[in-house]
Amino acid sequence: MRFGNGRFGFRALSAALGLSLALLAGGTQAEPKKEFNIAWTIYVGWMPWPYAADAGIVKKWADKYGITINVKQINDYVESINQYTAGGFDGVTATNMDGLTIPAAGGVDTTILIIGDFSNGNDGIVSKTAKTPADLKGESINLVELSVSHYLLARALEAAGLSEKDVTIVNTSDADMVAAFKSPETSTVVTWNPLLAEVRAEPGSAALFDSTQIPGEIIDTLMVNTEVLKDNPAFGKALAGIWYETMAVLSDPGEKGKAARAAMGAMSGTDLAGFEAQLAATKLFATPEEAVAFTESEDLIKTMDLVRTFSFDHGLLGDDASDKDAVGIAFPGGQVLGSTDNVKLRFDVSYMRLAAEGSL
Amino acid sequence: MRRAVNIVPGSGTRILLALLPFLLIACLYVVASAERRAANPGDKLLPPITEMATSMDRLATEPDRRSGDLTLWSDTAASLQRLFIGLGAAAAIGLVLGLTLGLLPLASAGLSPLVAVVSMIPPMAILPVLFIVFGLGELSKVVLIVIGIAPFLVRDLAMTVTAIPSEQIVKAQTLGASTWQLMLRVALPQAMPRLIEALRLSLGPAFLFLISAEAIAAESGLGYRIFLVRRYLAMDVILPYVAWITLIAYLLDWLLARLARRAFPWAYVQETRR
Repeated sequence: MRFGNGRFGFRALSAALGLSLALLAGGTQAEPKKEFNIAWTIYVGWMPWPYAADAGIVKKWADKYGITINVKQINDYVESINQYTAGGFDGVTATNMDGLTIPAAGGVDTTILIIGDFSNGNDGIVSKTAKTPADLKGESINLVELSVSHYLLARALEAAGLSEKDVTIVNTSDADMVAAFKSPETSTVVTWNPLLAEVRAEPGSAALFDSTQIPGEIIDTLMVNTEVLKDNPAFGKALAGIWYETMAVLSDPGEKGKAARAAMGAMSGTDLAGFEAQLAATKLFATPEEAVAFTESEDLIKTMDLVRTFSFDHGLLGDDASDKDAVGIAFPGGQVLGSTDNVKLRFDVSYMRLAAEGSL
Repeated sequence: MRRAVNIVPGSGTRILLALLPFLLIACLYVVASAERRAANPGDKLLPPITEMATSMDRLATEPDRRSGDLTLWSDTAASLQRLFIGLGAAAAIGLVLGLTLGLLPLASAGLSPLVAVVSMIPPMAILPVLFIVFGLGELSKVVLIVIGIAPFLVRDLAMTVTAIPSEQIVKAQTLGASTWQLMLRVALPQAMPRLIEALRLSLGPAFLFLISAEAIAAESGLGYRIFLVRRYLAMDVILPYVAWITLIAYLLDWLLARLARRAFPWAYVQETRR
């Protein structure tokens, strides 16, 4: 972790306030630098990062561009994004919605450099009582509030002609979701894999709705600080190189791919079979061409409009946001959703395209 | 010669000296907040004090869009209800078990080792078990507070009662007191001020367990709000909430201290002489 630019006042203060130094190291880092940190958390779509670090792929590409890239695990997903937002990391693995509501809404200009996959069954609603989303009326539902689970529920209710007023939402931490579902008074939970697989395995539980019904809306990405990227294109090139080399190994049908998948499974606390089951619920963009096509499609703009509407309705764009246009989202080809003066989230295909052209 | 140990501040100086560190921290905060805002106008980490005031005003006076409640007050009411039930139950358990264990050797022999062992179980470590046994509702939150502080109260009171001079116990018996009368007339009055002091010391842990329980599963409460808005780094809500919790805990501590001195003045004779 890097500790600021020697701004003494900041440091003394941080001790006084009991805030972590890393949080205060934010601000702008305009000068070109040699060392970069990216944070990852356990999720099927992000396991290629620690695997690439272990297998030497990270070092290989970093060396090629004469830089150092540290790939660090953070135990808590939200904490990893908060650390990134506060300036402790140059990049972080996060979903499209969390990228919009945490760093972008917090004024940190963020570029989505790599679109890795979208959830295609990895997020779902499981109930002991309801059989369809329409049955959820009057139910109490446990989920991580204001997360993609909450978004998924909102979409399911909308499709069933219900609204959030028809249900009671109980904010429950993801770490306790499985134990919560075992409690007799909990009837319905919304969660993601590997927790989703655990709750579905409970006797008497039924899956009502999952992300296959809203394909392409819950997107897993690697996002980086726009300013850092602008000053250090080599950082972006190395990341794209690492990612697609790892993708090639991951999707290898032979022994090499099997060993890589087993290693990623072990790192995320499961085995080869468990990891492959999660992969089956993930639409992975194995090649940069697929990812570029997805990022350039009109559907992504529609998705981000749904996501920003949900985010604004739940107060996630900040109190000073007067409407959903407050935070601008830029797409490839210069299209912008929302305020053009305040573009803070950018979908960038240029590095994925360099990978596709083989010119990294 | 005038030595540092002999310089006693007057009452005015005392207040000034007490305020100084607070003012210093506030100044540092304002400077750092301005510095971060200058670097990033959308910064959420150290919001200016005006922004925190606006947020608090909104939470305290405007009904929530979804539930229609005044957020700050409904959160405070939910948390205080849990806290008071938990503290009350823990105090009752502490008093009854503490008196019994402290006074009856037979009960002590049978139960003290169990209490000693139970008090060593970290409550947070058995949370998943608590959920399954007590559910995710109000009960498990209260139970967490009780499990967290009752063993401490039991042990503390048992020790206080054990430390009553044996002469008192013998004398009361000579005067014809039964075990029941010994407990009510000799042990209880001496245990009460100690119970209040122990409760004061338990306020910190009780808040810790309350906030932890609310972080894990809740629909309202001070801890719930903090962990909810933490998702999008809304420090303009978190920091005032922390200040509010601190103020509530400080007031409760002060009230308990006043109560103890009002109700049991004899236990504080030494203090007033100083």
